[in-house]
Amino acid sequence: MSPISQTLISTRDLQVGFPIRKGPFQKDILKAVDGISIDIPRGAFFGVVGESGSGKTTLGRALLQAVPVTGGSATYDDGAQRFDLGTLSGAALKDYRRRAQLIFQDPYAALSPRMTVRDIIAEPLEVMGLTKTREETDARVREVAATCRLNLEHLRRFPHAFSGGQRQRISIARALVCGPRFVVADEAVAALDVSIQADILNLLKSLQRELGITFLFISHDLSVVAHTCDHVAVMYLGRIVESAPTRALFHAPRHPYTQALFSAIPSLDPDDRGRAQVLKGEIPSPTNQPSGCTFHPRCAFASDLCKRAAPEAEKDASGHMVSCHHWQDLMRTPAEASTAAPAQ
Amino acid sequence: MSLLSVENLTLQFNTDEGLITAVDDVSFTLERGEVMGLVGESGSGKSVTAKALMMLNASNAVYGGDSRITLHLDDGDVDVLALRRARDMRVVRGGAVSMIFQEPMASFAPALTIGSQMVEQLQVHTDLSKAQARELSVEMLNRVGISDASTRFNQYAFELSGGMRQRAMIAMALSTKPRLLIADEPTTALDVTIQAQVIQLMQELVKDFGMGIIFITHDLGVVAQTADKVSVMYLGRMVETGPVREVLRNPAHPYTQGLLDALPKLDDLDAPLKPVPGDIPSPLERPSGCVFHTRCDRALFDICTATVPDWSRAGRAHRVACHLNTGDYCA
Ligand SMILES: Nc1ncnc2c1ncn2[C@@H]1O[C@H](COP(=O)(O)OP(=O)(O)OP(=O)(O)O)[C@@H](O)[C@H]1O
Ligand SMILES: Nc1ncnc2c1ncn2[C@@H]1O[C@H](COP(=O)(O)OP(=O)(O)O)[C@@H](O)[C@H]1O
Ligand code: SF4
Ligand code: SF4
Ligand SMILES: [Mg+2]
Ligand SMILES: [Mg+2]
Repeated sequence: MSPISQTLISTRDLQVGFPIRKGPFQKDILKAVDGISIDIPRGAFFGVVGESGSGKTTLGRALLQAVPVTGGSATYDDGAQRFDLGTLSGAALKDYRRRAQLIFQDPYAALSPRMTVRDIIAEPLEVMGLTKTREETDARVREVAATCRLNLEHLRRFPHAFSGGQRQRISIARALVCGPRFVVADEAVAALDVSIQADILNLLKSLQRELGITFLFISHDLSVVAHTCDHVAVMYLGRIVESAPTRALFHAPRHPYTQALFSAIPSLDPDDRGRAQVLKGEIPSPTNQPSGCTFHPRCAFASDLCKRAAPEAEKDASGHMVSCHHWQDLMRTPAEASTAAPAQ
Repeated sequence: MSLLSVENLTLQFNTDEGLITAVDDVSFTLERGEVMGLVGESGSGKSVTAKALMMLNASNAVYGGDSRITLHLDDGDVDVLALRRARDMRVVRGGAVSMIFQEPMASFAPALTIGSQMVEQLQVHTDLSKAQARELSVEMLNRVGISDASTRFNQYAFELSGGMRQRAMIAMALSTKPRLLIADEPTTALDVTIQAQVIQLMQELVKDFGMGIIFITHDLGVVAQTADKVSVMYLGRMVETGPVREVLRNPAHPYTQGLLDALPKLDDLDAPLKPVPGDIPSPLERPSGCVFHTRCDRALFDICTATVPDWSRAGRAHRVACHLNTGDYCA
C-alpha cells in the first residue's frame, strides 16, 4: 500500500470561520482555524497542544463535521470508506457519525443523570439503529463495558454514583459502542485528578493498540501529550506553528512558541525557581490578528521581517514541520546564535 | 510567634444524606512571610479548610468542639471561629486576611468597575481618602503588570482577559496589605504560559510584602515553584507535611509517593504512567483506620484498617501520618 492511502485524516489549508457582529451594522469573520494542513496516519495517537483559544476544539469539531468547514479540504479514509468532510449529508453523514466519535472533557456534565449507565452506553446504538434486538444491544454494551474496565454490576446504576475516573470510563464506553475508527479526545483528562489521570490515559492507549483506533488527542498539558502521543502539532491563533514526531519535538523544539510552552511547565524541582523563561503578553483575539508572523508581539526573537511577512512552513524528511523565519539561527549553540541574532 | 495556628480543625456539613466529614482533625501553623502549599485531590478538603480561616463556609457547616483557629496579628490575637458579628468579621475578610480564587469573576461584582471595587475595599479597611485609595489602586494594578492601569481602573471585570482578571484580583487582594493571603487554585484555570506569569508575580510580591501565604493547588509542580513547605491532604485528613524539598524529593507517605509517580515526567518519556490504584471513596463512605487504606498497596492488614495512624517524624521538620513510618529518623 502506498503511504498516502495509510492516512486516515488529511487536511489541506482547512479553514473554519465564524460570522460575528462587530458593531450594529458591521459583520466580521472570526477565523478560528486558519489554513491547517495535516496528515494523521491510521492508528496514530496524534496530539494537538496550544493555549486557550488557539483553535484546538474547533479543529476537532471540524474533523467530526460538527462545525461547517469554510475553506480548504479535509478527507477521511479508513480503507473501507472514504469521505470528503465538509460536504457530507444524509446517509454518508450518518455513516461517518458511526466512524468518528468525540470524548468530552467534563465527565460530570456529559452524562444524563436520569439514565442508567447501560442506557447511556446503549443510546448511540439505538439512535443510529445499529442493533436489531435488545439482546444484541446488551451484548454489545457488555462488551464495551468490559473493554473500558467497567463492572457489569455498574450498568444498572445511575452516573451520579460514580467518581470522576469511572464517569470518564462511561463516556469512553459510550463513544466506543458504535465501533468508531477515529476518536477526538478533547481535554479528556483535564478535569481528572492526577492520581486517576494515568489510568484513563492507559485505557485510551490500549484502545489505540488493541482496536487500532486513531486518536486526535487535544490537550493543554504538554507532559500528558509527551507521554501518550506519537506525533504532536502545536497551534497558535488558528495555525499549526510546529508539528513533529513526539520525541523530536520534545528533545529539540524549533519554534520559539513551542520552546516557551515547554519552559512554562512548572518544574518539580524547587531549585529551578526563576529559571522559566516567562512568555510575555497573552494570545490575541483571532479577530485582531497581528501582521506577519502572528506570534511576533510575544516573540523574543522577532525581527522586522517577522512583522512584515508570514513565515512559510518548512518540513524535513523526518516529518518535522516548523513555521518560523529564524528557527535555524535559534537552533544553533547559544554562542553562535548570539552573533547571528536578528535585530530587535 | 506564628502568624496563624490551626488546631484540631474538624468540620462537617449537615446534608440530606447525613453528616459529611470534610476536614478531620487538621492542625498546622504558618509563619510570617512563609508560603505553605496545600495539595490533595478534589474533595480532600483544601477549599473548606481555607474558607474556615475566614469563616466563609456555608451555614450547614458544623465545627468540631476542639477546633481552634488563631490569627496572631500585631495588635492582638483573633480567635477566628468565635467571630460572629459582621463588624468583627471585617478585621479578617479583606483586611488582615485576603483570599484569591480560581475563578476571578467570583471576586468582582459584574456591575461595578474594577477601580470602584478596589477603592471601596480600601476605604472600609484603611484610613485612606478616596483620592489616596484611587492612587494606591492604580499603583497596585501597575505593580501586578497590568499595562495602562488607569484605563483598566475604569473597566469592568468582563472586559478583561482571563490572565488580566487574575492579576486584577491579586492587586485588589494585596492592596490592603494583608498579613495572610489565601490563594485557592489561583492558576488552575490558566494556560501554562499565563500560570508562569502569575507564579513569577507571586514570587516577587512575597519578597516585597512579606505576607504569609497558603497556596492551594493540586499541581505539585506549582508547589515546587512557589512554596516553602507543603502539606498533603487526602479525604479531609492531613497525611504529610514538611519542607518542600524534602517532601518532593523523599515523600514519606504512600499517597504522596503515588501522586509523584502518577505524574507524567518530561525527562523520561518511556516511563510507564502509574495511576494510584482504585478510586477516591465518597465522603459518605469514609474508610476506617487510615483513610487511604482502600488505595494503598502497602497497607498492613489489621492495623491500617482499624487504627488511625499517628504523626511521626520523617525528617527534622518533616512529619507523616502512616503506620509504615517507624519514626527512627536520624538527624
Ligand atoms: N461558535 C463560535 N462562534 C464564534 N467564535 C467561536 C465559536 N467557537 C469558537 N470560537 C472562537 O474560535 C477561537 C478558537 O476556539 P477553540 O474553542 O477552538 O479554542 P481551543 O484551542 O479549543 O481553546 P481551549 O483551550 O480554551 O479549549 C476562539 O477565539 C473562540 O472564541
Ligand atoms: N456546603 C457544603 N455542603 C456539603 N458538603 C460540602 C459543602 N462544601 C464542601 N463540601 C464537601 O466537603 C468536601 C471537601 O471539599 P473541598 O474543600 O471543596 O475540596 P477541595 O480539596 O477539592 O477544595 C467535599 O466532599 C465536598 O463535597
Ligand atoms: S517568525 Fe519571527 S516572530 Fe515568528 S516565531 Fe519566528 S522569530 Fe518569532
Ligand atoms: S497507614 Fe497503612 S494504609 Fe495508610 S498509608 Fe500507611 S501503609 Fe498505607
Ligand atoms: Mg477547547
Ligand atoms: Mg477546591
